[in-house]
Amino acid sequence: MKTFQILGPGCANCVRLAHNTEAAAKELGMEFTIEKVTDFQAIARAGVMKTPALIVDGQLKLYGRVPSVEEIKTILA
Amino acid sequence: MAIQASAPCDMKAGKRQKGTRDSVLRSAVLIAFGLVAWWTIYQRLSAFADWFAFSVLHFSPLSHLGSAVQFMVFETPKVLMLLLLVVFGVGIVRSFFTPQHTRAILAGKRESVGNVLAALLGVVTPFCSCSAVPLFIGFVTTGVPLGVTFSFLIAAPMINEVALVLLFGLFGWQVAVIYAGTGLLIAMIAGWTIGRLKMERYVEPWVYAAQMGDSADEELQLNWAERIHLGREAVRDIVGKVWPYVIAGIAVGAGIHGYVPRNFMAHIMGKGTWWSVPLAVLIGIPMYSNAAGIIPIVQALLQKGAALGTVLAFMMSVIGLSFPETIILRKVLRPQLIVAFVGVVAVGILIVGYLFNLLM
Repeated sequence: MKTFQILGPGCANCVRLAHNTEAAAKELGMEFTIEKVTDFQAIARAGVMKTPALIVDGQLKLYGRVPSVEEIKTILA
Repeated sequence: MAIQASAPCDMKAGKRQKGTRDSVLRSAVLIAFGLVAWWTIYQRLSAFADWFAFSVLHFSPLSHLGSAVQFMVFETPKVLMLLLLVVFGVGIVRSFFTPQHTRAILAGKRESVGNVLAALLGVVTPFCSCSAVPLFIGFVTTGVPLGVTFSFLIAAPMINEVALVLLFGLFGWQVAVIYAGTGLLIAMIAGWTIGRLKMERYVEPWVYAAQMGDSADEELQLNWAERIHLGREAVRDIVGKVWPYVIAGIAVGAGIHGYVPRNFMAHIMGKGTWWSVPLAVLIGIPMYSNAAGIIPIVQALLQKGAALGTVLAFMMSVIGLSFPETIILRKVLRPQLIVAFVGVVAVGILIVGYLFNLLM
């Protein structure tokens, strides 16, 4: 069971990152929950200065861009 | 929420280096080949447009329609090719600059030096207005002075590669250089002024109390294959988004090129009208557009005889001061500071507008 957190104020890029992450996890057959973190204090605590960011099980995996589904699959695997 | 930054382990990094050497070599060859092809085609665009408009379609070079078609067939591929090259290049350059890196340079700098550096770094550090708040928090909580932070936040959206390429492609390098130079000056001086106003108390209190976590600066450990990949992503993202505006801008230009009399706008937005600059700035503040979207309007205004200073002021005000960005910044700034920010930048743009109408 993986926990994904998408950090960002809810802009178009955050939505795309959430979408791509979900697609990647489904293709890998993972079980997961996905949560959107829009609170700026929480984003700051994560050390993120450039949104969107992806956190997997508490680990910051990437920030500041929206990778393709394929690339997220290699990050998750 | 406890978050550990992922540190790359050495073994993985070593393997990554080895596996990508071939692909870097292949990319380098492809890029070199691409540059030669780019240059060869770029050199022949004008001749091609002449041939297409006047030999294939049989328009007379002296007719309105003929010159409009020639303009369109020449300018469209020219500007798109310039955009392609510059966005790719800037994408690679930006892979060397991250917000973390920029912050490390700016933290603890003296204010004047800091304002200059911040404005310059604002140009090369990747930035989008939806990241304005996290970036603001990241900067001010780690010792970057408020005024220096503002220099960065003003320069980053205003001076961007798309605006510069379009200005260069459509109006010549002088206009592009003037825009970049004065835009940087505004960012430096406006940021410095905000620093002098000592407005730290108008930052929302929770901001300074926020705990900024450490994060790994992953992008500094990129290898060349990844940087090239980022350059290509930038092209896909940016050129993919702006090309319709570019074509619209050129079409407006082509239409005017052939038809509308040149001095149509001269009496409203010409040099002689003192109130045209403040009006252009005021209209521009609530308007929001990306650099590409504003170009058709700029093109139309300039061609119809509006003064360069007035048009530059309008463009800077639309791109540099945007309503959505101030709404986002409201989350971290009290209204007084937002008003000061918009006011100081608007005055800077006003001065630039007047200066150019006076000088040119």
